[in-house]
Amino acid sequence: MKNQPPAVSADLTQLEKESRSATKAQLAEFWYYFSQNKGAVVGLVIFSALVVVAALAPWVAPHDPGFQFRENFLTPPFWEDGGTTSFLLGTDAVGRDILSRLIYGARFSLFIGIIVVAVSLTGGIVIGLIAGYMRGIVDTLIMRLMDIILSFPSLLLALVLVAILGPGLVNAMIAIAIVLQPHFVRLTRAAVLAERNRDYVVAARVAGAGHIRLMFKTILPNCLAPLIVQATLAFSNAILDAAALGFLGMGAQPPTPEWGTMLSEAREFILSAWWVVTFPGIAILVTVLAINLVGDGLRDALDPKLKRS
Amino acid sequence: MLRFLLGRVGLLIPTFLGVTLVAFSFIRLLPGDPAELLAGERGISPERKAEVMEQLGFNKPYWQQYIDYVAGIFQGDLGVSFASKKPVLDEFLTLFPATAELALCAIIIAICLGIPAGIFAAVKRGSVADQAIMGTALVGYSMPIFWWGLLLIILFSGILQWTPVSGRISLLYFFPQVTGFMLIDSLLSGQKGAFLSAVQHLILPSIVLATIPLAVIARQTRSAMLEVLGEDYVRTARAKGLPPHQVVGLHALRNALIPVITTIGLQVGVLLAGAILTETIFSWPGIGKWLVDSISRRDYFVVQGGLLLIAGIIMVVNLIVDVLYGLVNPRIRHT
Repeated sequence: MKNQPPAVSADLTQLEKESRSATKAQLAEFWYYFSQNKGAVVGLVIFSALVVVAALAPWVAPHDPGFQFRENFLTPPFWEDGGTTSFLLGTDAVGRDILSRLIYGARFSLFIGIIVVAVSLTGGIVIGLIAGYMRGIVDTLIMRLMDIILSFPSLLLALVLVAILGPGLVNAMIAIAIVLQPHFVRLTRAAVLAERNRDYVVAARVAGAGHIRLMFKTILPNCLAPLIVQATLAFSNAILDAAALGFLGMGAQPPTPEWGTMLSEAREFILSAWWVVTFPGIAILVTVLAINLVGDGLRDALDPKLKRS
Repeated sequence: MLRFLLGRVGLLIPTFLGVTLVAFSFIRLLPGDPAELLAGERGISPERKAEVMEQLGFNKPYWQQYIDYVAGIFQGDLGVSFASKKPVLDEFLTLFPATAELALCAIIIAICLGIPAGIFAAVKRGSVADQAIMGTALVGYSMPIFWWGLLLIILFSGILQWTPVSGRISLLYFFPQVTGFMLIDSLLSGQKGAFLSAVQHLILPSIVLATIPLAVIARQTRSAMLEVLGEDYVRTARAKGLPPHQVVGLHALRNALIPVITTIGLQVGVLLAGAILTETIFSWPGIGKWLVDSISRRDYFVVQGGLLLIAGIIMVVNLIVDVLYGLVNPRIRHT
């Protein structure tokens, strides 16, 4: 910098400023298209509320989620006959407060979503970049492996993986991440294939950029839009699959207040105590729905084809 | 066309071999001692264990086991279930019609409701009806179907008492399996009420299993229709003065259906995964429930064979969809 003539350094500051305001404009444009979709905004509000509730669970929840009130087995919700306001949504078969368990359960579901997406997204991007950038035998091997994973129904594969690793929340998350990963690999690879021969990539290569820089710094940022949309889909899928595994007894183990596990414990009471079954399911549905609404909004905002229409 | 077909089949072979390798190695990674499981005795004596291991072929080196296994597959030998001592393939073939009947009913419901709903939403784009349909579709798409099944049981079996809770048909009826499809067999048996009972048992599980494919198909149909309705040839058709139903039904729908067909093909995997949950909730005696039970029992050969057969079905269906797609869309065929 020191040896540069003043004119060039002035240009540089000017350029930096322009690029900052360009980023700002991009964000503003993104928010404009995202907020056009009312459902997406509603989804975002619900999702944010869930995050807050999950984060503040120890202060928000009326009771300890594991504490068994011995006098209050299967108390109905407060508006039903026999319900009390100290257990707003009633209690389960061993007298635990359902509302508190749901609030703590939000922590598990969001945690599952975040970890699974982080693992499968990072893994998928790295593998996809390598496949698309290297081509040849590496590409073929990777894509055949992904085809193999995709030939199994995801839940079945996750079930078998959990059976191998042993039932539990962490193993369920690993299994789900493995099962969701191929989608990211395919998307990244397809985007890389479309981008790798563009002029700006060739220019960067001619300018002497190394492989790693080309892959991660030059190409990757231009492939992000579909990956972000897929990541929200994976987030909701992860929550659904984890709940399904919990329901089948292969995910989080009782007495963890995970929503799917709660449903599985409640199954025998479906005809006698509807609230034990109904509320955990509503929690799952609302969470997944909120995330999918956000996903739809992201797709609208990031997909240039839709913007023009 | 033949080259296209051969190319697709050629791609399938390495994937299928990969699937056999996955199924083979997963089973050997499962914790637990197969000899103890097969013999059904704990603390089995070393001599007896060696005998059982030899009987299973587990004492040979892995590569030898794998070759024997693949050779067995081509002779229709997928091993024997530990629990029932019957060949895995026989068990699969006995149970598969139940799953097939359920899945077929579900996909028929999904197609018959999903495509018209999607068309309607696209034609009335932006209207209240469009928003209602798309909102419902998104709820369906986000549905934890195991909970949805429980809710329907509470409502229709518990409160209204319209439908039974589980099984394929009431125990009052007994007739030989001809096709394995309860709806057809009950009609063939000529017993009064048998068909009605079969329908009552089938309806809730089909609705549950149809939910996600229905939502996916409705969404896909709508977006495909919207894309096509903006094309020049649709405008030309309108300008020619053709009645709207003809423009939508003839010009637009035909082209919009191409991506929808692919989506329907992709639902096979969704249906089979959904069958695992649906069959568990409704105690439906199909392959989903069979596999879940076998996984928790560590019934090695059943899990191994089941994984292979299900992956095989999905691969074959995807191949058929690919070929159909190539038939309707020459652009794909020649690339």
